[in-house]
Amino acid sequence: MGDDGLIHWGWIERGLADPIGTALLQHLQLSLIPIALGLLAALPLGIAAARWPKAYPPLLGAVNVLYALPSIALFFLLLPYTGLTIWTAVLPLAAYTLAILVPNVVDGLRQVPDHVRQAAVAMGFGPLRRLLQVELPVAVPAVIAGLRVAAVSTISMVSVASLVGLGGLGGLILRDGFNNRFATPIIVGVLLTVALAFLVDAVLVLVQRLLTPWARRTGAEVRR
Amino acid sequence: MNVGDLMAAWFSDPANWSGPAGIPARFGEHVLYSALAMAVAALIAIPAGLLTGHTGRGGFLAVTLANVGRALPTIGVMFLVVLVMGIGLVPIEVALVVLAIPPILVNTYEGVRAVEPGLTDAARGMGMRAPQVLLRLELPVAAPMVLLGLRTAAIQVVATATIAAYAGAGGLGKFIFDGQKRQEFGMVAGGSLLVVLLAVLVIAFFALLSRVAVARGLRAGAAAGRR
Repeated sequence: MGDDGLIHWGWIERGLADPIGTALLQHLQLSLIPIALGLLAALPLGIAAARWPKAYPPLLGAVNVLYALPSIALFFLLLPYTGLTIWTAVLPLAAYTLAILVPNVVDGLRQVPDHVRQAAVAMGFGPLRRLLQVELPVAVPAVIAGLRVAAVSTISMVSVASLVGLGGLGGLILRDGFNNRFATPIIVGVLLTVALAFLVDAVLVLVQRLLTPWARRTGAEVRR
Repeated sequence: MNVGDLMAAWFSDPANWSGPAGIPARFGEHVLYSALAMAVAALIAIPAGLLTGHTGRGGFLAVTLANVGRALPTIGVMFLVVLVMGIGLVPIEVALVVLAIPPILVNTYEGVRAVEPGLTDAARGMGMRAPQVLLRLELPVAAPMVLLGLRTAAIQVVATATIAAYAGAGGLGKFIFDGQKRQEFGMVAGGSLLVVLLAVLVIAFFALLSRVAVARGLRAGAAAGRR
């Protein structure tokens, strides 16, 4: 075993399943739920803002201010109400994704060319069917571009939740690492967080390719 | 007594407003940590971003750095630096600077890259040399993006400076972690609320700064950009 200072390989080998594996799975859960909730909220908000442009600037201002509030403060302010449940982390993290997702949904919907929209109307599509079958699919690349940014920053921010007592890779960093004055778990936690972020990012790129086959066929360049 | 009442009681206790552990002192510490880190990060990242943007070289590196920077867990960076370098102001500033550089660098880079080639051609045609093109044209035109990068970094730094209290620093985070240790929830909530207040002040500061520092003809363009 080469234990050169910061990396203690023996600890990594012993802790591969627990605490490392468990922390990784918890981290995935703590980040995927807020991303999914954020998307669920951002779609109707974005659709509404694209339809009523007057409502967009105040909405954008609100989500941007929300985004600027430090997660650690929001976690601790929520803690008395939600306790040590995942909601303490999930609710603020979901709110943060709105600042990234709502503008991308709106931009995506605004990108729908007028002639495409008119063609849909001419084919007898009602507003709902036009939205679901024409406008949202055209907006997919912009929405996924937003999801990618939101996913990476959420995965990185989840670690802060360990300070209120929740798990995830932040728990590895804080409890196994810093509290024991032991660098290896911190390094493992940081590297796994970055790796997880890039993995989820790659999955989203793949999802986009599957959802937008026309972009591949025409080789059209996708924004961002 | 619910948390709101506990917090009100904490805020209204005059003992919490004086001395080196009082609210004004901790607020000042927090601002000082953050401002120092921002100044150092800006001194490194703005020139680097201007140069990479102007020459077009090293852009891939800047963008990659920004992507990795966004994925880095702030508490991991903070705790690792403190563990390796020891407790003190320098390690904390190092960690904050490391986290602040990527957003400033990439936004400055992209701001300069986005300057219309027609403008730089015109500047050259007027006889401007490269440093003049950079400082008198590209920097002012890229100003909204530079400010966006600074704002993103400042938000990150204020949040992470809170966490620094866990690693032995002062600042507003001290209220949160001391309160947690002593089970004084009014103090925890009060400290958190002060952090929120500081974050709102930071946004207001940058809104004001963009009015002063961005040329009138450019202000509409400030909305778009990457985080």
